Amino acid sequence: MDNIVEINGLSKIFVSEKKQAVQALRDVNLDIKDQEFVCLIGPSGSGKSTLLRLMEGLITPTTGTIKVMNKPLKGPIPEAAMVFQEYSLFPWRNIIDNVALGLELRKVPKNKRYEIAGKILERFGIEDFYSSFPHELSGGMKQRAAIARAIAISPQILYMDEPFGALDAFTRFKMQKGLISFWLEEKRTIVFVTHSVEEAVFLGTRVIAMSSRPGRIIGDYKIDLPYPRDRWNEEFGTYFKELMTLMNSGDIEKSMAF
Amino acid sequence: MDKTTRSVSLSFLSIKNFLTVEVFRLDRIGSFLSPIILPVFFIVFWQVFAVRIDNSIVLPTVHEVLDILVKPTANLLSIGSLIRNVLVSILRVGLGYFAAVLIAIPLGLFIGYSKKVAEFIMPFVNLFRPIAPLAWVPLVLAWFGVTSIATIFQIERGSLYVLFNNIKVSMIFIIFIGAFFPILTNSIYGVKSVRKTLIDSILTLGANEKDVLLKVLLPAALPSVVTGLRIGLGVAWMCLVSAEMLPGSLAGVGYLITHAYTVARTDIVIAGMIAISFVGGLLDWIFQKIEAKFFKWQSMSK
Repeated sequence: MDNIVEINGLSKIFVSEKKQAVQALRDVNLDIKDQEFVCLIGPSGSGKSTLLRLMEGLITPTTGTIKVMNKPLKGPIPEAAMVFQEYSLFPWRNIIDNVALGLELRKVPKNKRYEIAGKILERFGIEDFYSSFPHELSGGMKQRAAIARAIAISPQILYMDEPFGALDAFTRFKMQKGLISFWLEEKRTIVFVTHSVEEAVFLGTRVIAMSSRPGRIIGDYKIDLPYPRDRWNEEFGTYFKELMTLMNSGDIEKSMAF
Repeated sequence: MDKTTRSVSLSFLSIKNFLTVEVFRLDRIGSFLSPIILPVFFIVFWQVFAVRIDNSIVLPTVHEVLDILVKPTANLLSIGSLIRNVLVSILRVGLGYFAAVLIAIPLGLFIGYSKKVAEFIMPFVNLFRPIAPLAWVPLVLAWFGVTSIATIFQIERGSLYVLFNNIKVSMIFIIFIGAFFPILTNSIYGVKSVRKTLIDSILTLGANEKDVLLKVLLPAALPSVVTGLRIGLGVAWMCLVSAEMLPGSLAGVGYLITHAYTVARTDIVIAGMIAISFVGGLLDWIFQKIEAKFFKWQSMSK
């Protein structure tokens, strides 16, 4: 299958309230194939989250084009869903109503949407929290529910914006493994933003490295390692070192200028 | 550790145990008693002073006031019973407050939602905010005079006339002003404090603008709106009683107090004040219960 996302000559300039222009992204070209697991890494200010929001259609580009499934993007589409870092569950809705929200918006009848959402809760091991409210759940459980909510509308593309960034290391490892087994079984396209090189190499079939001010792509690596991956494997170390060197070289440039 | 130190430290431990248990017990009784200690002292002092002053115009005794409070249906000074006057006041507040709710909530949500609307309306609204509700009285009396709800709906006789003739437009206007601003500002804040991630989340799930309003902005703003309703009602109640003390009023707790004052019935004045406190406190308590019951998620998710 060919490209599911095609980005050409993309740039994004934000204008602050004081009318100052900030270039968040400059001349980004990126093609993503169906069923790829792409990780976007970069320091803060490298525009990786901006790029993700552009791909989701939450914001519009200043110049350039984005095509998703061969159609120019005009806004959020049903074929794509997004998971945010934290606090994205609706605190006044219980877990099942949070997970079933996408279906509710599509006017799926109540019993049907509870059936679908219930199955996903089981799949993610959070069926015990069916009628709990978000504030009663731990951070890991909340993020599982947030992913379940995105999955419930059965999107072909899943955008994830540092979804495990606020979790402790132990929970994060568990979530990473869970995400990989989900992806291996369901064969969706995942675009995953992280600032952790190690997380990117552990998860992705491909890692896109970005640099800051203005945000641009500085590296594109295919990670040719079988799943499940071993962090202590020598090849894992090679990829990790290579990416770290690349990311740091950008930093040195900056610190000299500073 | 030798024997002596051990026994000393043991006895010290037991004293410490004893103390913690006792203090704990005192604590529990204390938390039950502490809210009523000051009121009891207050009533005792009041009674002692009243007996010593021995002049019921300056300060009536506790039981003189209680006598009025235990017979709330008795006709006072031939202007109706305490209950009736309190009910007239509540009805007045209800109408002015209802009008304020109807206008302030939608306006507040609208201002909170749209920056352009906020820029257009807020400077104008802010001109009026610092004006105390009672400062409107002379103007409002000049505009509406003694026009009542009965006049507007052309009710000219019967019990409805007696009731509605007591509800003057001028008073409703004052209550409206008092309740309006707390409800407005809290509604604006409610919408403005909605997390951006929540709006983005529902957009990625395929929501249109109506969904964003009904499924995110309204439920997220609701706790704040209810807080505004509670504060607004408190302010409205205070404004009303003050407004009733002004010329032109012929019923209501405020009027009862003013009238009792002119005929030197301080016991009725105090009974009226207690009724005001009771009703105001009760309304506030009801709202607090609603907030605690329905919006638990709000305090928990911050």
